[in-house]
Amino acid sequence: MTENKGVMVYCESTGGRLAAIATEGLGCGRKLADEIGQELSAVVAGTEVESLANQAISFGADKVYVIEDPLLKDYHADSYLAVMEKVVKEAKPQILILGQTTIGRDLAPRLAFRLETAVTLDCIELAIDAESKRLLQTKPVYGGNALAVFMSDTDPQIATIRTKAMTPLPPDTSRKGEIIKIDAGLDPSAIRTRVLDKVVEEAEGIKLEDAEAVIAGGRGIGGAEGFQQLAELAQLLKGAVGATRPPCDNGWVPDTVQIGLTGKIIAPELYIAVAISGSSQHLSGCSGSKTVVAINKDAEANIFREARFGVVGDWKKVLPAFTEKVKELLAS
Amino acid sequence: MKLIVCVKQVIDPEAPPASFMIDSSNNQAMLPGVPPVIDPYGEYAVEAALRVKDTQGGNITAISLGANLLREVIKKPLAMGADELVLLEDETLTDGDSWTTACALAAAIKKIGEYDIILCGRESSDTNAGQVGSAIAELLGLPGVTLARKIEVSDSKAKVERVTADGYETIEVSLPAVITVSNEIGEPRYPTIKGIMAAKKKEPLIWKSADLGLEPSQAGAAGRRSQVTRLFQPVHEGKCEMIEGDTPEEAAVSLAQKLREAKAI
Repeated sequence: MTENKGVMVYCESTGGRLAAIATEGLGCGRKLADEIGQELSAVVAGTEVESLANQAISFGADKVYVIEDPLLKDYHADSYLAVMEKVVKEAKPQILILGQTTIGRDLAPRLAFRLETAVTLDCIELAIDAESKRLLQTKPVYGGNALAVFMSDTDPQIATIRTKAMTPLPPDTSRKGEIIKIDAGLDPSAIRTRVLDKVVEEAEGIKLEDAEAVIAGGRGIGGAEGFQQLAELAQLLKGAVGATRPPCDNGWVPDTVQIGLTGKIIAPELYIAVAISGSSQHLSGCSGSKTVVAINKDAEANIFREARFGVVGDWKKVLPAFTEKVKELLAS
Repeated sequence: MKLIVCVKQVIDPEAPPASFMIDSSNNQAMLPGVPPVIDPYGEYAVEAALRVKDTQGGNITAISLGANLLREVIKKPLAMGADELVLLEDETLTDGDSWTTACALAAAIKKIGEYDIILCGRESSDTNAGQVGSAIAELLGLPGVTLARKIEVSDSKAKVERVTADGYETIEVSLPAVITVSNEIGEPRYPTIKGIMAAKKKEPLIWKSADLGLEPSQAGAAGRRSQVTRLFQPVHEGKCEMIEGDTPEEAAVSLAQKLREAKAI
């Protein structure tokens, strides 16, 4: 356990750029590496990922492992596990950080079990314990009702980080780093899954996770028509519409706009929760919002504990008047 | 089709957040006066298994690990339509982590011996760890697909729609395989009266640590690879400013003005 050294971040990318979660991981990894006086390395894997190496260096990496192979075009647990196992066994990091994404939540636990170590998923904070120098991994549990701090006994200590929970460093293109190419050495017959199709169901307009303003509705909205009213306000504020789980399960809105522990994690400037009671599992997905506004007919609703401004009342009466006034204020 | 579903008993995740408490002496969560339930995420896995059985026929074995398992709670998968129930009910198996839980479940699955698909919830509603399904796949050397919203089986292969951030992807996986199930699969069915009666009569198989061939050092608290150093409730600052008005419409107008003053719009 003592021979492992350094912090490693697995970096996802999209469209030839490091994904935001990768820069967040590097920002957090840099801080941890400096604290224990060790190196920060990054891993980029896929096809045509070499240009990502310099990006990773500019965001804080000292060293980048690059693994390119046509078999890494789509994510498969079998292929990505094999290359990650290889690079981790070669670099022997003490800490490995991945994103809590579609890929990270699949890859991280399998990798941890393959390496016979432990992992903590969906961390909102990573820190070094002053005494033991081990990684303190804080994650929401009980659907967000509580936070647990984990410490693992084995190396590498693996964690996935929640979207937007960590801060990237400003990129510095003058930073220097080492780039190491690793041969994937994949056996195609060992890949036991095949991607047949990829379907994008994203709602139109501004992406939920990028929106500065999010207008979200709960079960109390009552149907797809109600969400039209939310969409109108969202358009006015150049924002996006979100929802808790029941409207998604009922098909009033697409599943992709679900906000919460099992949906999207967002942190907009303004979050307007309409007819949302505020379950912990939902609040887990929006607690990073700067200003939370709640409209709910139940004065005791949990959402008011999280909100900065609140109106107790029937949303059907409050929302149209609010939208009108917003329109007027924005025009003036 | 031989189907295995892993599902656990948890404290009720739907209980009001205000009733949730933590016993800091042992880092355990409590819901005084609220009975435990079958984990809702596990129920989606049971539903997914039943849907495969509906079209393919076959047999479903549910496995649960835990202590103080209430029979009326833990038999719910049987009432929904599962055929067998195995309980890993042994003090030495409790207080573990994802590692020991997955090891015990994998050992039980090996003991059952025959399986085409092993289903788990995407995570559990208490620990939210999200590891056990993937871990079982790894321990048994099986392929796995996580976050399923639909499963279709044909010719020793499964086509799985996997939930992604912007939609879904269809993945073909060879069987046997482990599949973790997301809530997008659809509402779990209610047990029928007939199902409830049948479940009452069925006795679960109870396996102890020794039945699974686990060494004491591999099980429960002794086998942990990670420790919870602290469990606490985040503090709510509770500084909500309530905007009032004679009518809801007036309150709405004041709210808009307030947000403008605060430069939030």
